[in-house]
Amino acid sequence: MVLLTLLAAITIGVVRTRNLFGVIVLAGIYSFLMASVLIVLDAVDVAMTEAAVGAGVSTVLLLATLHLTKSMEYPRPRKAYLPLFVAICTGAAIVWGTYSLPPFGTPDNVIHRHVVPRYLADSVKDTMVPNVVTSVLADYRGYDTLGETTVIFTAGIGVLLLLKGRRRRRTDQPGERSAP
Amino acid sequence: MKLDLILRIGVKFLLPFVLLFALYVQFHGELGPGGGFQAGVITAGMVILYAIVFGTEAAKRIAPQRMVESMVPLGVLIYAGTGVAGLLLGKNFLDYSVLAHDAPHGRELGIFLVEVGVLITVSGTMTALFYAFSERGR
Repeated sequence: MVLLTLLAAITIGVVRTRNLFGVIVLAGIYSFLMASVLIVLDAVDVAMTEAAVGAGVSTVLLLATLHLTKSMEYPRPRKAYLPLFVAICTGAAIVWGTYSLPPFGTPDNVIHRHVVPRYLADSVKDTMVPNVVTSVLADYRGYDTLGETTVIFTAGIGVLLLLKGRRRRRTDQPGERSAP
Repeated sequence: MKLDLILRIGVKFLLPFVLLFALYVQFHGELGPGGGFQAGVITAGMVILYAIVFGTEAAKRIAPQRMVESMVPLGVLIYAGTGVAGLLLGKNFLDYSVLAHDAPHGRELGIFLVEVGVLITVSGTMTALFYAFSERGR
């Protein structure tokens, strides 16, 4: 509850702050808090990813982006009441939807009765891997992880092409040659 | 740059432990939390930390840009190649059970190989992105 309150406070801070440097630092703190929430929920693998990616690498990449652009956000042109209304309605619908979810953490929920017992019982026998998360990710659901790796590959190649292609075109122009 | 001294020495002390922790997360992922993705991000974080403190040129000496950029497709190729190996040995795509003398060992080996692929792609992508950003900034 304390963590969730802090998360809400930081979200308001991110929305209110106009200085993008502050926003990035706040987003890093948000990621660390989110990692703590995930540890409380016993999702250690996801918490580790959140702390390393959300708070570590993405903060650095956002700061590097900020280095290339301006660090102040433009002032908001007008009050955006319609998007606010849509956001509040969507949030209320999601909260309303959670009331029909089964209670959190109950072992006989629907999603825990389909393939989970087989994974938990057979992981060591099938794959000699005691960490079920790893065996599900890399073996039982290997296609999905291959897809995720391909997504990272595609995204990385895309950003690299964007950043490098623009630079080469600029150095082609005479008189604007930058130092290597 | 006297103020840098503590930072530089501290980072130099820290780096081996960060790398060791990344390797631990990678190879201990079968037993504890972690795996290729987390280890890849930690490895990339180590290179990025080094680059921030000592400059991008110094970082490119330990992790050359060409190597980092070729790691991006290499990891996907290792992952898909592990799948194709199962295909060539007469099973389905990404069925690792034929990679060793019996099915559980083969699947353990397959999981190890695809985690290595994930590690290579993730760390390569993150480091290459950082290099690209730092190049644009100059």
